[in-house]
Amino acid sequence: MQNSNGLREVVAVGFWRDNPALVQLLGLCPLLAVTTSVVNGLALGLATSSVLVVTNTVISIMRRALVPLVRIPLYVLIVASLVTCVDLLSNALLDDLHETLGLFIPLIVTNCALLAQAETVASRRPVHEALLGGLATGLGFTAVLAALGALREVFGHGTLFAGMPMLVGERAAGLEVHLPFGGMLVAILPPGAFFGLAALLALRSWLTRERAARTPAAAPASAEAAQ
Amino acid sequence: MANAEGGPIRTLLLVGVIAAAAAFAISASHEFSKDRIAANRRARLIASLNSVLDPALRDRDLATVRISVTDKELLGGGEPVDVYVAEDEGQPVAAVFATARTEGYNSTIHLLIGVSRDGVLTGVRAVSHRETPGLGDAIDVQKSKWITHFDGKSLASPARERWAVDKDDGDFDSITGATVTSRAVVKGVKNALLYFERHRDELFSAAAAARSHADAEQ
Repeated sequence: MQNSNGLREVVAVGFWRDNPALVQLLGLCPLLAVTTSVVNGLALGLATSSVLVVTNTVISIMRRALVPLVRIPLYVLIVASLVTCVDLLSNALLDDLHETLGLFIPLIVTNCALLAQAETVASRRPVHEALLGGLATGLGFTAVLAALGALREVFGHGTLFAGMPMLVGERAAGLEVHLPFGGMLVAILPPGAFFGLAALLALRSWLTRERAARTPAAAPASAEAAQ
Repeated sequence: MANAEGGPIRTLLLVGVIAAAAAFAISASHEFSKDRIAANRRARLIASLNSVLDPALRDRDLATVRISVTDKELLGGGEPVDVYVAEDEGQPVAAVFATARTEGYNSTIHLLIGVSRDGVLTGVRAVSHRETPGLGDAIDVQKSKWITHFDGKSLASPARERWAVDKDDGDFDSITGATVTSRAVVKGVKNALLYFERHRDELFSAAAAARSHADAEQ
């Protein structure tokens, strides 16, 4: 029971309480750059998540062997080689998507959320917790990317789920929704990314505060997380 | 973590092992992907060449020969431009500039230009540019049909002095709010046609030579 509570805690922290994009504000460069549509956000999120899960697992397996002096270069080495693999594989298997995301797949290397996870979770926790933590963090990041992508796609293009076949095959072509307006350009431009992120941050703060108000006992912890 | 300090040898060994594992993982992915990546690249090239070829020629198994040409004045800058010459049963039928460059409002615009043997445009596409989203990016065929207006045009129709946007008393509509971009594209296409007119026979004979050279090697 204790154990499963611990795991639930790991997931909650990774996905929500320490969400890399909304709380730690890490990895914002790709977040702001690629989220012009749901499919782009989702794809970069999934690529990031897969790298996160594998790096967390690998680093956790080796955590006792890692020499503190060289741990950071080793994290970077591991992350960079995995990202290279993901880049090559996505170029081979998901070519259209790779074309759209372009530079941002190699840039996963510079996503600080990965190093933060390696340092604070993977190098200190047993393998299953590190794996789960990586997965939860990755999915938390993906959720924010997809949400921001959805916001900007709806307001900017007036569509939703356009281009999904690039990610999941032709079956998804029917998912595309056209809204009855052409969209505002600003949502697609960089400022739109900041407006959208601000809206999501505000939403998260509000939700956290609401919850804190409803359960007074948990208030101090949640209030701290919101800051 | 009693063993965490380690000696220099241990540290070196650890770094070496991890680096070797990383190198192995990367070379395995490369090995797995390289053929597919090459195939994807080839499919993308064929698709893009097809997009500007005469519809009658599309999806036919044309032999294409790539030659590299440079023309500072007409093809934008001193860098070489690839020209694909399509041949049908040994006869050159079309040429595709991939890609001619022209200076737009924000950036260099790369134009994929298909020209038939007799100098008529069979298609123009802007393949990479950084023109203003919402204004200049109307040169993208996904955003507007503007760029398809070049289809069927040649230096004879409209007459070459009419090859300009409407604001400069030419025959081409300019995109609203993106006159500079429109002007750049019209100029780039016109220059490519001028180049083709002057060098057509050279292009075709260079392609034939390159092809017979390749055939001889096989």
